[in-house]
Amino acid sequence: MEDLKLELKKNIIEVLNLEDISLEDFGDNDSLFGDGIGLDSIDALELIVMLDKDYGIRLSDPKEGKKIFESIEVMAAYIAEHRTK
Amino acid sequence: MSKGVAITGMGIISSIGKTVEENFHSLINKTPGISTIDGITTVHKDKIKVGEVKITNKELCNFLKLPTTNNYSRTAMLGEIAAKEAVKNAGITEINSCKTGLISSTSVGGMDLTEKYYYSQFEETENRRFIESHSAGDSSTKIANSLGITGFVSTISTACSSAANAIMLGARMIKAGKLDRVIVGGADCLSKFTINGFKTLMILSETNCRPFDADRTGLNLGEAAAFLVLESEECVKRDHKKVLGYVSGYANANDAFHQTASSKDGEGATLAMKKALKVAGLTPEEIDYINAHGTATENNDASESAAIRRIFGENLPSISSTKAYTGHTLAAAAAIEAVYSVLALQNNTVFPNLNFETPISETNIIPETEVIQKELNHVLSNSFGFGGNCSTLIFSKA
Amino acid sequence: MSEKFYIQKYCTIKNNVVSVNGIEVFKAEISDKKEFFKSVYQFLDIKYSKFFKMDNLSKLAFLSAEFLLDEDVSEEKNTAIILSNNASSLDTDRKYQDSINDSENYYPSPAVFVYTLPNIGIGEISIRHQLKSENGFFVFDKYNASFHFNYEQSLLQNNKSDSVLAGWVNIDGDSYEAFLYLISEKGEFEHTENKLKQLYNT
Repeated sequence: MEDLKLELKKNIIEVLNLEDISLEDFGDNDSLFGDGIGLDSIDALELIVMLDKDYGIRLSDPKEGKKIFESIEVMAAYIAEHRTK
Repeated sequence: MSKGVAITGMGIISSIGKTVEENFHSLINKTPGISTIDGITTVHKDKIKVGEVKITNKELCNFLKLPTTNNYSRTAMLGEIAAKEAVKNAGITEINSCKTGLISSTSVGGMDLTEKYYYSQFEETENRRFIESHSAGDSSTKIANSLGITGFVSTISTACSSAANAIMLGARMIKAGKLDRVIVGGADCLSKFTINGFKTLMILSETNCRPFDADRTGLNLGEAAAFLVLESEECVKRDHKKVLGYVSGYANANDAFHQTASSKDGEGATLAMKKALKVAGLTPEEIDYINAHGTATENNDASESAAIRRIFGENLPSISSTKAYTGHTLAAAAAIEAVYSVLALQNNTVFPNLNFETPISETNIIPETEVIQKELNHVLSNSFGFGGNCSTLIFSKA
Repeated sequence: MSEKFYIQKYCTIKNNVVSVNGIEVFKAEISDKKEFFKSVYQFLDIKYSKFFKMDNLSKLAFLSAEFLLDEDVSEEKNTAIILSNNASSLDTDRKYQDSINDSENYYPSPAVFVYTLPNIGIGEISIRHQLKSENGFFVFDKYNASFHFNYEQSLLQNNKSDSVLAGWVNIDGDSYEAFLYLISEKGEFEHTENKLKQLYNT
């Protein structure tokens, strides 16, 4: 699980161009949207593409993403359970 | 207070008709032009509905009598058909008899050809000509050349508000005496680029779109072209032109909120409507009908409804979005809806907002769902584009 | 009603050099345009992480505007934005097309798609400086001083805006070029078509 969380952080920083955030600053429980890491609605859509591309998980409703992308911790748990890649 | 700038001609081609008359008939007969896509092979074929012009490129080519070695994109062909209808409708025989310009708009440009031929052009050099027509200015140049326009030509590319901005600029240039006559509007065709792009934003509906409905699920993309001919008072008098209507108000503002989403309280939209009313010298009560942007996305309809309430309060005019007929035709949207606004004024008819059942609870706006006959003097048309670009036009009866 | 207006400030970004009012303020021998824009951002020392999400064209427009507009958003400024270029959003269009080319590895990018319009950069400047005034983007063969002069002069004379941020922002392949200027009631150079042409060509 720790490996997956680190992998997620690295991917998110790269895919979403989060050049201002270092791996060390990226807490497992920081909220990804709003006041924490500060992602927006387009970032959410990119994460949906990432879920499909890297982990073979397809979300059809963008609203599902809201719960899954709460934090790295929540995201990793979801991916571990549902991944097909 | 001046009446505004005179509209002396209109032309349109959309999924509900090849001419102004055909479009009008579809509108009053409640016949939408939304279907599954035929002209483009896409993996999303069964998952989307579009407002497609059911005429192949070959047929468009033949209709325009283009030489076989042409490099017209579908956008350019649709645009030229509509522009020619507008010029004919305005009774223009000598295009340069007064200072005449063309302001067109597009978002897709020649992408439909580029996505087909980009890779093959490296070996098949005869396909290179298709890449040359990629740029946004290409269709404008082609249309201007086909009409024989030697004056001012420009292209506006501000997404879904482009044609409104073209109409606005045209009206201003006439008022400022920079032009005596101007053909204004826009054109956009369907392409894989846009279909895939909007799909990835997850704002496309799998069914016929439902503007302003609480259960709306997104937009239908469409393709179309439309142009208006605007003329100065002197030209109208000199040539005894029939005036179809007036562009009496216009404005543009930026929402300054997000690259693509609109703010919750519709700030940009509110500012645009407010300023347009000021330019027209009208109060909100004097607007009889709003042809809304109404794309049927969750975001736009909520934001636009909030803005409408902010301006009109409890005294709402008739409201409808005609995108359930044509789909969202991107840069051409404001132009086709300008034609529909003028048709509404000429015929004292409000066109229905199809597929509506339940209002959005926060704003409780109930659009017209039937064809309504009522006296119309002023129609307000909204068009909001990505990049926070919000434009409003007001059309008044001749 | 013929009031005079002035070019308060102008900024040029091209060939690895940033100049403000004709004076070089930053230079970096970096051939990759993305990296060069990053170095300009770092030179400006602003904390605006959204910068990194933008496409190259929006970055170029944003950076040029940063040298001309001040950071204070406490009072709403009635500043219109009128930009133009020749290549529209071609640089980003190509990038987006790449993400949908391979039918085996097919993952269209929403974050790239939203920038496949040349006016998004105006949106970014508007968001940063909270500018809600009129804005437009035009496509021309080359910088059209006559068109720009007439449009901007008209906005100011008719009190549609108090100031105008305008100019040319173009990216095509590896080459990039920005010529942005702020016009208002005061400034060093009188706002005339000839002056615009002259400043653009230096």
